[in-house]
Amino acid sequence: MNLASLNINIYSLLPLLMVVGLALFVLVLDFFIPRGGKRALGYVSALGLVCILPFVPMFIETVPSYAGFVIADTYSAFFNVVFLVSSAFAIFISIDYLRRLGSESGEYYYIMLFATAGMMIMASANDLIGLYVGLELMSMSFYILVALRPGKGAEGALKYFVLGAMSSGILLYGISFAYGFSGTTNVNEMAAIVYRLPDNNTYLYLALALIGAGFAFKIAAFPFHVWSPDAYEGAPTPVTALLSVGSKAAAFAVFLRVFAVALPAFHGQWSDMLWVISAATMIFGSVVAIPQKNIIRMLAYSSIAHAGVILMGIVVNSSAGASAVLYYSLVYAFMNVGAFTVAALASRGDGGEQLTDLRGLASRRPWLAFFMALFMVSLAGIPPTAGFMAKFFVLASAVHAGYYWLAVIAVISTAIALFFYARVIFYMYMRDYEGAELPERSLFTCVTYGVVLILTAVGTLALGVYPSAILDIAVRAVGPLFTI
Amino acid sequence: MTDIIAGFPVLSIIIFLPALGALFIIFSRRESVEFIKWTALGATVLTFIVSLYLPLTFDAANPSFQWVEKTVWIERFGMSYFLGVDGISLFLVLLTTLISIICVFASWTDIKTKMKGYMALLLLTETCSLGVFMSMDLFLFYIFWEAVLIPMVFIIGIWGGGRRLYAAIKFFIFTFTGSLFMLLGVLALYYYHGKLTGVYTFDATVMWLSPVAPYIQWWIFIAMFLGFAVKVPLFPLHTWLPDAHTEAPTAGSIVLAAVLLKLGTYGFARFSLPLLPNASMEFAPMLMVVSLIAVIYGALVTIAQRDMKKVVAYSSVSHMGFVMLGIFALNADGLKGSLLQMINHGISTGALFLFVGMIYERTHDRQIGSYGGLMKAVPVYAVFFLITVLSSMGLPATNGFIGELMVLIGAFKAHWIYAVIAVVGVLLGAVYLLWLFQRVFLGELVYPGKGEIKDLNLRELCASVPLIILIFWIGLYPRPFISGMEASIDILVKRFEINSKKSMLDTNRVAAAPDHSQGGASK
Repeated sequence: MNLASLNINIYSLLPLLMVVGLALFVLVLDFFIPRGGKRALGYVSALGLVCILPFVPMFIETVPSYAGFVIADTYSAFFNVVFLVSSAFAIFISIDYLRRLGSESGEYYYIMLFATAGMMIMASANDLIGLYVGLELMSMSFYILVALRPGKGAEGALKYFVLGAMSSGILLYGISFAYGFSGTTNVNEMAAIVYRLPDNNTYLYLALALIGAGFAFKIAAFPFHVWSPDAYEGAPTPVTALLSVGSKAAAFAVFLRVFAVALPAFHGQWSDMLWVISAATMIFGSVVAIPQKNIIRMLAYSSIAHAGVILMGIVVNSSAGASAVLYYSLVYAFMNVGAFTVAALASRGDGGEQLTDLRGLASRRPWLAFFMALFMVSLAGIPPTAGFMAKFFVLASAVHAGYYWLAVIAVISTAIALFFYARVIFYMYMRDYEGAELPERSLFTCVTYGVVLILTAVGTLALGVYPSAILDIAVRAVGPLFTI
Repeated sequence: MTDIIAGFPVLSIIIFLPALGALFIIFSRRESVEFIKWTALGATVLTFIVSLYLPLTFDAANPSFQWVEKTVWIERFGMSYFLGVDGISLFLVLLTTLISIICVFASWTDIKTKMKGYMALLLLTETCSLGVFMSMDLFLFYIFWEAVLIPMVFIIGIWGGGRRLYAAIKFFIFTFTGSLFMLLGVLALYYYHGKLTGVYTFDATVMWLSPVAPYIQWWIFIAMFLGFAVKVPLFPLHTWLPDAHTEAPTAGSIVLAAVLLKLGTYGFARFSLPLLPNASMEFAPMLMVVSLIAVIYGALVTIAQRDMKKVVAYSSVSHMGFVMLGIFALNADGLKGSLLQMINHGISTGALFLFVGMIYERTHDRQIGSYGGLMKAVPVYAVFFLITVLSSMGLPATNGFIGELMVLIGAFKAHWIYAVIAVVGVLLGAVYLLWLFQRVFLGELVYPGKGEIKDLNLRELCASVPLIILIFWIGLYPRPFISGMEASIDILVKRFEINSKKSMLDTNRVAAAPDHSQGGASK
């Protein structure tokens, strides 16, 4: 193997390297910034991510580089945009959130950036080992971030860490079986070998089940979801936002890449497994979200239900389904970050984000209530918001592929889910305000949150009214997955 | 797909004028209540005036869509922004624009809090319902169909009566669930039609040229039925209606009764019949029986009510059963009668809710038992109420008579037994309506509260006189209405007949060559 065949191409990694560079820069800068001024690091990180954003679509290489380890195709570029956008949003709202929590620190910001880098490695990994490295970098960062909230963080972080470590083990075990039957960890090479395998290869089944379980843990699919409500509740709310959007999107990116590129020959087997997981996740998430009294926990279960719906797009294994997964991930980044932003802002500061805190919000803060209502409507999947369009594309791909019953289950779970989304709206608009005054917000708070809220709201509406442009990009982005 | 914008986009203007008004209202100050009210009134009146352009330039002999606007929206799925109005939707559009003005009048003093949000939502409801009646692209139709829910839920939930939360959430969940199944049906239809013809499109006018195989229609019909029937509402899916109607503020009830209920029956007539002809034919006897149950059951339940608003609410179940009966008689007379009855129900039930709202505003009591002999105190109001009651029960010379007669003729043509049972429903209608009038307006003068009870003021006259005029106009000279819808309904019936034969032929062909059928039918 000579050097040329390794195809060492620095450009394919450039956006990732920029994020890592930014993280290191923030790390160094942290030493020079006095304790009171750590918020400057937040601005540097968020604006840095925004500046990196335009570079992502500029460096697209359809050929795998670094000996097939990395692929910077349109598919990974799409997900990189999702990660950068959601992480920039999350960091931006962190600045004020941490100030109110009284735990401003520099490490928060650069660990956030490292988590983003981990997600980007996952999206552009073309090799099972590569994706594992990215997954671990992301997970390790999140274990720390979840624990950063004083008081409640430790419990969630411990639970997340213990279960997360176990799931990583399971994933690695699955990867070892995959290597065992194919002799390679490269996704493309594995695809070529798998085609020649007999149907009843036990190791292959083990690999499918174990890798599937490892990924299902990261997307918090039933029955691998138990960590997520506790971790979400314990974490600082902006971290929860990134955890529910970014880490999930990253897990979907590798899920789709591994199953659609490496193992399409065994679609019949893995689609049955994912069918069951998807259906159970949708129903479980929607039903269990109903009795929740804490907004964050409710959003955690709602996020479980959404994962089930997105999983449908993987089950169908078609270009339409995959593009729907991408579209959904982007839409979810907007609407869910928006919802968490409102949750962070509406909480009374003592740490509890109870649903009842929202009572009568509309009469106190009409714009805040309006934004929350918009995000809830979108999460519930009602037109003309983006949440509906995303759900529609997934449903369309399922119906097209003939998965009628899965589509019916999705519809039923959506109908159940309406109940708890509507309840948030009802609390805000149709109940009277009780209890103490909301604390006055400074102009600074209003501006930082306002920017995020307006951008996420615009995204939520624009992607719902005119989805064509982004959908076309998503369809082109999944092209590489289905042509090989 | 090509863009067709024939000159002036009048339909888009009609749809989005109220939304523009809502935008003005959102950015006005919360305290300037007068400005908000006048803006809302201005927007609805302007919309109505623009919508009068339609009947003036309407070509009654032309059965196809007029003022068509078509632009590509999402090319990948063959979705387009496709608006058009024909004889079937023309009158529903006019009804919507007229009723919206009346709603603004009805809310003038009825709504005491948060006027800004209320008026904005009312205008958005108008925009979305107009969109439903005008869109000929099934996906666009669905968007408007779902979007209309949100403002309505807010109107019930924020400005409603004592049990408003319960009513709002029940309404929301019932209709949302039904619509989701409809979405699945639309999707399945889209893919099967695409597979059959090679053209993947949501354009209904293209889709009904080649209906899918009957056994597929059967499933799609059930899915779409769930969406439409909940909105109608057809027995036994009607339970959200009494709650929603009773708890909603007056204008909310008027919009619900006069416009939103029509969305369901319109959907059946417009989409179910031509797109799924064989399934419609197969389900028709069953649906007629269910409609008859709704007519009789609705009437019997109405008789037992003690709350005036509940009387009107339950009577809707009965009346909408009539409309359904006419549609699934599957002949031109029944359809014409149904369409006319939709308009009539909009006018007379809208007026009844308006009048109940007026008396409630004066006394804050809706119990029938609290009133008596109001004829002596408020004669103008009493006369208007009487006219509406007579129209609602279908007395000759009022609009209700023409509609009910045509529906009965249509039902008779299907089978005489349907007509006979339906007549019983008409009689029961007379019972509860006349009894209501007798208890409230005749006899000894009794009303709750102290002080004088005032007759209609100028604003209330403005709101009610147009409806009274329409009641007599349609009752005495229905010709313009019937001839306006005739051509479109004839072509609908013809299309229905052709399609039901065509897809039977297709099935035979498929049965003869079985190797490439059934693909992807189950999984």
